[in-house]
Amino acid sequence: MNTFASRFASTGPLAELKRAQKDVEDDEFSDTMWGTQAGFGSLAKGVPTFTVPNLPDPSAFLRLHTDDHADPNCKIKIAHGTTTLAFRFKGGVIVAVDSRATAGSYVASGTVKKVIEINPYLLGTMAGGAADCQYWETYLGMHCRLHELRNRERISVSAASKFLSNLVYGYKGMGLSMGTMVCGWDKTGPAIFYVDSDGTRLKGDLFSVGSGSTFAYGVLDQGYHWDLTDAEAQELGRRSIYAAGHRDAFSGNTCNLYHVKENGWEFIGNYDVSKMHYDGPGDVAGSAGVGYGYDIRVEGRSSANPPA
Amino acid sequence: MSIMEYNGGSVIAMVGKECVAIACDLRLGNQALGISSKFEKIFPVTDKLYVGLPGLATDVTTLKELFRYRVNMYTIKEEREIEPDTFAHLVSSTLYERRFGPYFIEPVMAGISTTPGGKVKPFIAATDLIGCLNFAKDFVVAGTASSKLFGVAEGLWEPDLEPEDLFETISQTMLNAVDRDAYSGWGTMVYVITKDKVIQRTLKGRMD
Repeated sequence: MNTFASRFASTGPLAELKRAQKDVEDDEFSDTMWGTQAGFGSLAKGVPTFTVPNLPDPSAFLRLHTDDHADPNCKIKIAHGTTTLAFRFKGGVIVAVDSRATAGSYVASGTVKKVIEINPYLLGTMAGGAADCQYWETYLGMHCRLHELRNRERISVSAASKFLSNLVYGYKGMGLSMGTMVCGWDKTGPAIFYVDSDGTRLKGDLFSVGSGSTFAYGVLDQGYHWDLTDAEAQELGRRSIYAAGHRDAFSGNTCNLYHVKENGWEFIGNYDVSKMHYDGPGDVAGSAGVGYGYDIRVEGRSSANPPA
Repeated sequence: MSIMEYNGGSVIAMVGKECVAIACDLRLGNQALGISSKFEKIFPVTDKLYVGLPGLATDVTTLKELFRYRVNMYTIKEEREIEPDTFAHLVSSTLYERRFGPYFIEPVMAGISTTPGGKVKPFIAATDLIGCLNFAKDFVVAGTASSKLFGVAEGLWEPDLEPEDLFETISQTMLNAVDRDAYSGWGTMVYVITKDKVIQRTLKGRMD
């Protein structure tokens, strides 16, 4: 009874707390006075908060306007076509992605950066909602830095990915769409965690995410083993993304390749998918110097493919 | 899922000075999955007239054979080759015959006819899937990349292009439009029809 009464009392510790919270909320300093906080203003209060539709069931409303499988004319469009892959091997982690963004059948961009550089030791890949991945992985980067300052050591890939997965799980059913691989090197060595907006978090050696993932897996699985050299591993990443870019209508344009080593990630290069088809990736380590395309690869080797 | 986008593919035709050009992509897909890069969508009707059939692949094959049959019957009965404008009406009525269960094809035609006086008349036309004719004076487009083709063609086309310039125009239009369409591409085929010859070229395109 006492606790119930104190909840409505204007004096006492609970009222004090309420008043303090209110002060923080309608601070005399508005956001504009601090300059734009790009949505991160809520960081001071711990958990980020977003205004949700003022309806009895906001998540059903959001799902209605976000789910374009059920309704292609829905208002909030999410880019679905993508191929991303990451694998762990002797020499670290290879991360390779395509760069196509589609809206329906329209190729909206061919130069999208689908690898998000969280910090010098962590990479995140982007599949699903571009804004969702970009925002939450940047936000993850801020918390990784806070972890470093608090604990005087770098965050593990495991902890970083768990932070992200717990975070998106809090928004489950609200229409967040992301399938991401958090890749990096920590005390335990190279590590990859698959995290998606359903709340799934998986540790593994080899993942591929997106509409072109089946094609990438096909090449990846037959070429993968732990003892790959750096050059072989990079070539496998490139070749896998090429396969997906070639066969999948919603993947392609270019391939961005990253290699995570003990001292952090390194950007290896950007490779045009069509150039890889006709001429190969160019003068790079691991390349055989010929095009990946079937007709080019088998030219002159059978009566069905006579020399040009 | 639209049945018109099930296999992908696009066709465009353009008018030049005493010549016409028609081009198609070579992709055959099963929705997002690319199956073949050798699927031609343009077929000869006479040696001065070509028809492009973008749309559902099964109907591409069916209609190609149906038009071949009907054009042969016409040639036998009339004892002369079919004129481009006559063929356009044949296409139109063939499609309207299936008004309530159409073929999922939007044909594009390009050809030239010679008047008795020896004047060369370029001809292009397109219809929708139930046969509504569109006789344009500049260019016609159809297929999954049609909206993109319209945009590029509107910017590149000009009147009275010579055959080689028309080839360049239609090739650049096709290649660039198709790169902005997920369901078209995987190579391009171009025909330029003049009064005394037909130039046929296969272009290398982006393979993604």
